[in-house]
Amino acid sequence: MNRIEGHDKVTGRATYAAEYPVEGVTYAYPVQAEIARGRITSIDAAGALAMPGVLTVLSSEDPPELAPDADPELGLFQRREVAYRGQIVAAVVADTYENARAAARAVRVTYQEDPHDVRLRSDHPGLYRPEKVNPFYPADTEKGDVAAGLAAAAFTVDVTYTTPAMHNNPMEPHATLAVWSGDGDLTVYDATQGVSTARDMIAKTLGLPAERVRVVCRHVGGGFGAKGTIRPGTMLAVLAARAAGRPVKVALTRQQLFDVTGYRTPTIQRLRLGADADGRLTAVDHEVAEQSSTLIEFAEQTATPARTMYETPALRTAHRLVRLDVASPSWMRAPGECPGMYALESAMDELAIAVGMDPVELRVLNDPEVEPAGGRPFSSRNLVACLLEGARRFGWEGRDPTPGVRRQGRWLIGTGVASSTYPALRRPSQATATVENGGYVVRVAAVDLGTGARTALTRIAATTLGVPPEQVRVELGDSDLPAAPLAGGSMGTASWGSAVVAACEEALRDGKHGAADTTDAIKAQEDLARHSFGAQFARVRVDMDTGEVRVSHLLGIFAAGRIIDEKLARSQFVGGMTMGLGMALMEATVTDEEFGGFSNHDLAQYHVPVCADIERIDAAWIEEDDRHLNPMGAKGIGEIGIVGTAAAIGNAVYHATGIRVRDLPITPARLLA
Amino acid sequence: MEITLQVNGTRRTVEVDPRVSLLDLLRERLGLTGSKKGCDHGQCGACTVLIDGRRANACLALAVAQDGSDITTVEGLADGDRPHPLQAAFIEHDAFQCGYCTPGQLCSAAGMLAEGGPSAITDDLATDPALTAEEVRERMSGNLCRCGAYPNIVTAIVEVAR
Repeated sequence: MNRIEGHDKVTGRATYAAEYPVEGVTYAYPVQAEIARGRITSIDAAGALAMPGVLTVLSSEDPPELAPDADPELGLFQRREVAYRGQIVAAVVADTYENARAAARAVRVTYQEDPHDVRLRSDHPGLYRPEKVNPFYPADTEKGDVAAGLAAAAFTVDVTYTTPAMHNNPMEPHATLAVWSGDGDLTVYDATQGVSTARDMIAKTLGLPAERVRVVCRHVGGGFGAKGTIRPGTMLAVLAARAAGRPVKVALTRQQLFDVTGYRTPTIQRLRLGADADGRLTAVDHEVAEQSSTLIEFAEQTATPARTMYETPALRTAHRLVRLDVASPSWMRAPGECPGMYALESAMDELAIAVGMDPVELRVLNDPEVEPAGGRPFSSRNLVACLLEGARRFGWEGRDPTPGVRRQGRWLIGTGVASSTYPALRRPSQATATVENGGYVVRVAAVDLGTGARTALTRIAATTLGVPPEQVRVELGDSDLPAAPLAGGSMGTASWGSAVVAACEEALRDGKHGAADTTDAIKAQEDLARHSFGAQFARVRVDMDTGEVRVSHLLGIFAAGRIIDEKLARSQFVGGMTMGLGMALMEATVTDEEFGGFSNHDLAQYHVPVCADIERIDAAWIEEDDRHLNPMGAKGIGEIGIVGTAAAIGNAVYHATGIRVRDLPITPARLLA
Repeated sequence: MEITLQVNGTRRTVEVDPRVSLLDLLRERLGLTGSKKGCDHGQCGACTVLIDGRRANACLALAVAQDGSDITTVEGLADGDRPHPLQAAFIEHDAFQCGYCTPGQLCSAAGMLAEGGPSAITDDLATDPALTAEEVRERMSGNLCRCGAYPNIVTAIVEVAR
């Protein structure tokens, strides 16, 4: 189905957060810390206040009143300590964007600087085991005797993979427009993945009841996790509008995004695998070191996919975290699974070579009956079907595993494979369905961040109601609608859709109106391991004179329950795989060890795939009939596309060249080193 | 400073601060928010408009330098209610997800179709090559799409180029 908002998006009529016309709007521009650690000794705003159009300056010289338990990232201007370079320490509000930007440069901040520590390393003395990893998993698991499993193995692999910090870089930079009414109610037009959750977080930070806050987000220019929770820019707009007594717009610059909107933590991952003479795993040990800021503990769940993927008598997964003088990391598309599966699936490729076995066969051989770590049955698991179907379509059969022997002119050619996985969860949601003007209006506080949520929910409602999609209008993107979880964790459609189906069923019974809340239904569901799976195949060519890697073909086969809309689903899978290609070959944010913060701050130095990088990407799926998920029988598809792509490409680069690059991204410099 | 420019066929006379970019003039002063700000540094292409028929990054053009220019934004691509063939093809081929790069992709594609001539990957620089998928990919690489809609963007443009 074509996207419902397609016409609005191609004509420029779709309204994003910074674009709502508001009378008397003013502009806030942040001042960012120039040191990585220390204390602010003074902030002199006199020069800025004397500049044209300036209305006010916010800083810790006069801390705005907030809830005492405000999150330290969101509780702006409450403290004098600087936690990372780039942290927002002041802001100027002025009548125009140009005046605010110019005056922000005139704010004088002086610091007492302390030595900083910004480098993640696997032997850092500050590494500790967090209580849990994002969002609620245990930090460590252990089953069987890993040491014995490795000792008894006929073949072992003991390798360390690293991934760099990466930034989501949605095309729309974070933007917020905050409007306080005369009686103290707040309306926030925010670029967010969740209007209900954003409303709750803003209200909590302010110490206001949630009813006093409304968040609107009808269109959002991508997020990939970076807009999953509100970030400091949102609170800056809210506080600046309160201080100035005028509506305030904050549109962060691309450069500012790198500092204050989260990023994927760098990881150092040690993988130890053992296999018997036939290739059956005897042990899997996945240990990860990663970072968070001194402000908040965000522990990415990087080793969790090993708990799901392969049968083994001995399995250990462990996460260690160190708190550095760095910006706070957060969600980036498939947090955990994406970097974790890069390392695990690269190591599986190395094991296949050690055993002398085809890498597809090795994965098929070690496919488990039940979840390896917890022993729970799977609701459905079709990894093997994905691998076999992918191998058939890709022409994998008869592949010569010898590396570095296929040449076409200047190019060395290689192929690689990797598995994908992502949890299929859902969260409680409310929704209503009402007969209006001869059709139905479905209301749910969902957000369409480009996934096609509006269109998918329309199809779900129309199917339930037994009417054509034209007779259904879905209203979303407003926290005044029935409360709903955010678009994240590939849970959006499953969560909102469950409530929409229930509301539509009730509306059919009632004849006029139905309302649903899925909280109890989700609590009552069986304890099963619910996951999507997939297989990714890559064909690359490498020029060993220049180190240039080109991806000639990517094929992804996914098993993700019932696909609600083929056109939208294909776009989601292909989009995820495209971002995975970026991760494999170009994406990296470099920590500035001398001054703190990141050295590369823009799209000229943080490379994402461009049109010319994408030659051929195919995505397809295995139909699954899984009754243990939700009324739609669907698993989420927003993230699995990025999981495994980088490993498939890295494995193909090895097959092409015989060079195993274990540090992402696979740049020419690393290939030619 | 006072400037006069033609925007989507309408003559506009505005007083502008010399620091204002064409992009901010369109978005913040003229109410034309279709052109998007993705980087403000000419690195992403989301702000692409047509200046006197040629594609350009509006974030890199100072408004005061556009006195007398003829600007077409995404709001001006359609012929009244009839969408531009590129707009129709983008919808049909699902050539966008979040939609934020889309106005720039569309203006860039419209400008590119009118350009002709060889590109950096054309073998014979003396020819005016057919707009194959490969040529379109090369010529559209100044417009980033983080959602990864590139294959569908190329399909849509190649269809219109035929």
